[in-house]
Amino acid sequence: MSEPNNGRSCACQDFSRSELLRRGAVAAGRGLPAIEPGMPRPAGTGLSRRGFVLASAGLALTVYGGGRLLDPAAFSEGIAAAATVSANQPVLVSVYLQGGIDSMSVLYPTGDPLYTQFRSDLAVAPGGTPFAEDPTLAWNPLAAPIQQLYAQGKVSVMPTIGYTDPNQSHFTSRHYWEVGATQADLNTGWLGRYLDVVGAADNPLQGLSLDYALQPSLATARMPVATISLPSSYSFYAPGVWGVQETLMYDAFDSLGAVGIDSRDSGLIQSGQAAQMSNKLRTQLLQFQPAAGATSTTTLPAGYPTATDSFPARMAAIPQMLAAGLPLSCVSVSTDSVFDTHESQAAPFAASLAEVSQTLLAFQQDLEARGLDDRVLTVVWSEFGRRPQENASAGTDHGAAGCAFVIGTRSVGTMIGEWLGLSSGLDPLGNLKETADFRSLYCSLLEQWLGHDATGIIPGAAQLARYTVVK
Amino acid sequence: MSKPGLSFARPAPKPSEVPTIVNRKSRARRPASTPASLPVYRGRFATEQAERLLWRAGFGPRRGQADQLARLGLRGAVLSLTRPVSTGLKGPAPILENGQPLAPYDVWGNDVLWWLDRMVRTEAPLIERMTLTWHDWFATSNEGVNSQRLMINQNRTMRGLCLADFPAMLTAITTDPAMLLWLSLSGSTKQAPNENYAREMQELFTLGAGDGYTETDVREHARAMSGWTNSWNQATGVPDDFHFDPTLHDDGIKTIYHHTGNFGWRDSLRLVLHHPDHPRYFVTKLWSYFSPEPLGAADTAAAATMYVSSGKQIRPLVEAYLMHPLIYEGSRLVKPPIVQIAGMLRGIDRYIDTDAWVWESALVGQTPFYPPNVGGWDATQWLNSATWLGRFNLTSQMIVSKHVLNPATARYDSDPRRLTEHAIDFWGGPTLSRATVGVLRSYARSAAIDAATASWQREQYPVITENALRALVVASPDYQAC
Repeated sequence: MSEPNNGRSCACQDFSRSELLRRGAVAAGRGLPAIEPGMPRPAGTGLSRRGFVLASAGLALTVYGGGRLLDPAAFSEGIAAAATVSANQPVLVSVYLQGGIDSMSVLYPTGDPLYTQFRSDLAVAPGGTPFAEDPTLAWNPLAAPIQQLYAQGKVSVMPTIGYTDPNQSHFTSRHYWEVGATQADLNTGWLGRYLDVVGAADNPLQGLSLDYALQPSLATARMPVATISLPSSYSFYAPGVWGVQETLMYDAFDSLGAVGIDSRDSGLIQSGQAAQMSNKLRTQLLQFQPAAGATSTTTLPAGYPTATDSFPARMAAIPQMLAAGLPLSCVSVSTDSVFDTHESQAAPFAASLAEVSQTLLAFQQDLEARGLDDRVLTVVWSEFGRRPQENASAGTDHGAAGCAFVIGTRSVGTMIGEWLGLSSGLDPLGNLKETADFRSLYCSLLEQWLGHDATGIIPGAAQLARYTVVK
Repeated sequence: MSKPGLSFARPAPKPSEVPTIVNRKSRARRPASTPASLPVYRGRFATEQAERLLWRAGFGPRRGQADQLARLGLRGAVLSLTRPVSTGLKGPAPILENGQPLAPYDVWGNDVLWWLDRMVRTEAPLIERMTLTWHDWFATSNEGVNSQRLMINQNRTMRGLCLADFPAMLTAITTDPAMLLWLSLSGSTKQAPNENYAREMQELFTLGAGDGYTETDVREHARAMSGWTNSWNQATGVPDDFHFDPTLHDDGIKTIYHHTGNFGWRDSLRLVLHHPDHPRYFVTKLWSYFSPEPLGAADTAAAATMYVSSGKQIRPLVEAYLMHPLIYEGSRLVKPPIVQIAGMLRGIDRYIDTDAWVWESALVGQTPFYPPNVGGWDATQWLNSATWLGRFNLTSQMIVSKHVLNPATARYDSDPRRLTEHAIDFWGGPTLSRATVGVLRSYARSAAIDAATASWQREQYPVITENALRALVVASPDYQAC
């Protein structure tokens, strides 16, 4: 194993360093999925594990080598059954841009005289493609892949989304966005609460964090959710163990888990359930393991950028898993790029924006190529935007409102909120005022995309406005 | 720079002042009793119970340590932990792969290793475990402090006072530089009193969320505690010179819990410590670190009485808790992840020789000095699919590759019973339930005997099986919970 994360393009060392540690810490923190006493044991499957390993070994090459569809006949009965049920279920993907992205460098107010005044170092050069719904804004050329999707009517842009009384702490503001309320004490995520209502007790993949730690938006109170770095890396390793002994060892996970579950001891029951749930997840993801003897380098489908970090691979894993019939419902991914650009913003920001934009385009094209694009909607967000006035270190400090996007074939593709301009769009602290509220966005996604009343999921839903997000 | 009105808490008792147990055997035989009327466990106190005690009150046993502790009897065993003869470290000091010793203040991750090393080498495991308890109670993260030095200084303060009295602990932590930064008390002035510390002090540190205080109390505490500040070193940007500045303090009249006066920060602490909700909150929260089972109403009341009558001493309460029947007869506690790592290292007699434990700690869900938020870690949520994977894969980091058994050269008898015994012994001989041992033996039979048909398989499969059994022993539910 190697060090799990090398945050790239992070101007603020402290953020990335602490984030690396936080990934682990949050996994143990509040609001994690409880593995509750009484949860049914994972359903047995008709296929022997050994057969499954053999059947999947060749398929792994197919998936990673050619990016072609898998043969559903190869799946175990249990997964196939879940796939049937989930075949038409909508999937919501949440993409978190870490660290607070400088929205004014994604869609920039070209021609606003205050822009070059605020951004003497960092202003994007004139000439970017105008933003059709408000030509006082222009797309950063590095965001051209998003602009391309926008031109196809597949992107709803929120130029200044946020909330009243904005908090400028990474931790606090992200927490608000994750839990879907400006409440410090909520310990379940907004998607987690949705899954608690509609989810199944034996399907951890319904809420999938592609990360080392649970993404807080997926924190449930009751239903199981899964946390994996990549489907190909949900991999158990015991040194000096392979072959038949390894296969039998996984069977022993379940037997040992059963010893815990059959006890009357809550600690042992919890441990036993974790063992069995993890083994269930392992079998669900077996088909993504590189075949024995294969090098671990994987080829992503066409279009995804070649990156040193795992963001493109994590996004590419979603269409693969859906194509394989895995029962996903809500998926959460965080960029490895950290947008907390307090100093020397230009170069790392450019690299990160380019990678994220290309990945989002490749992801949408991947879904379309597989005929899955009608099922997936992606919301792209960050905990805040940055201050319009750049600082003395050629960087930008924490701001208030920032940008978000809803992307997909079914996205309505029209602007939510508006761009007020720099002369009238700033609050007394010099930050961007919000023209859309993230809680309203969540209510709208729940009701129009996931088909579930936001009442009971988003606090105060009845008082919140709704936007049209789906066509 | 003078610090008006500031005197730090009294220091922890020096080791020479700590009473040692003179005649352990006679004490152990004496009918167990504690100053207040908390019940005392009267069942068998053998290796298994001593092992549980060492996991709950420390970081698990070293090889043979549970047997030794069991011979002291319950009371002797508990007192040997709460009143340790030595608080020293035993064993080789940390050396990293690059041959360097630790630089805990300066090198990323070395703060974590510095503390993990103490957990592994300490001769006073309860002292380190209580320090971990206070770190969770007053959860401060270097994510907000950004100074390994200040975090370690806070850690030393907590260690020094870990079994002293709570008023001293609260006083020391309130004015601790890392806490002053973390919860924004430094820079809280009469013009703009910051409510962050005042709120968490009541909600998390002393009273608990509820109707014991009002939003007005939060604001009035914030006024009373205003005046702390610090400067920033011009050359390095490092915060220093933390002090109370009376010119920044709001010296107007405040009303807190219906008391009125020109209160300062010491008055705030006095008022919150005398709040009628405090003793019950304190004893309940302290208990939760030792047992997942709730303490009953009568025992909670007895513990609260004991706490108040002792002058809010911590040690007597911990001693009574560790002798409570629920510790030995109640449900098991899922081991905190960092306790699991330290305990595995103790079990195999390994010391800090790699920085891998920093990111391994993240993968299992608990990196010291980086709690997820001011509420600390949620001990009910230690296990999810990622942390369970992390726990399983710890084994490969624990077993240095050169110690992995090579089937081409190593030879093991295929007897399932012996293979299982070897694997359990590898980890220092943890107690496993009969059912768990049964699963391991059954695995050994299938993997080492039933699967082998060719003669080379009969030679090599027992070796591969032994490698797998080692992983399975520490993946068992028995080993996750103590």
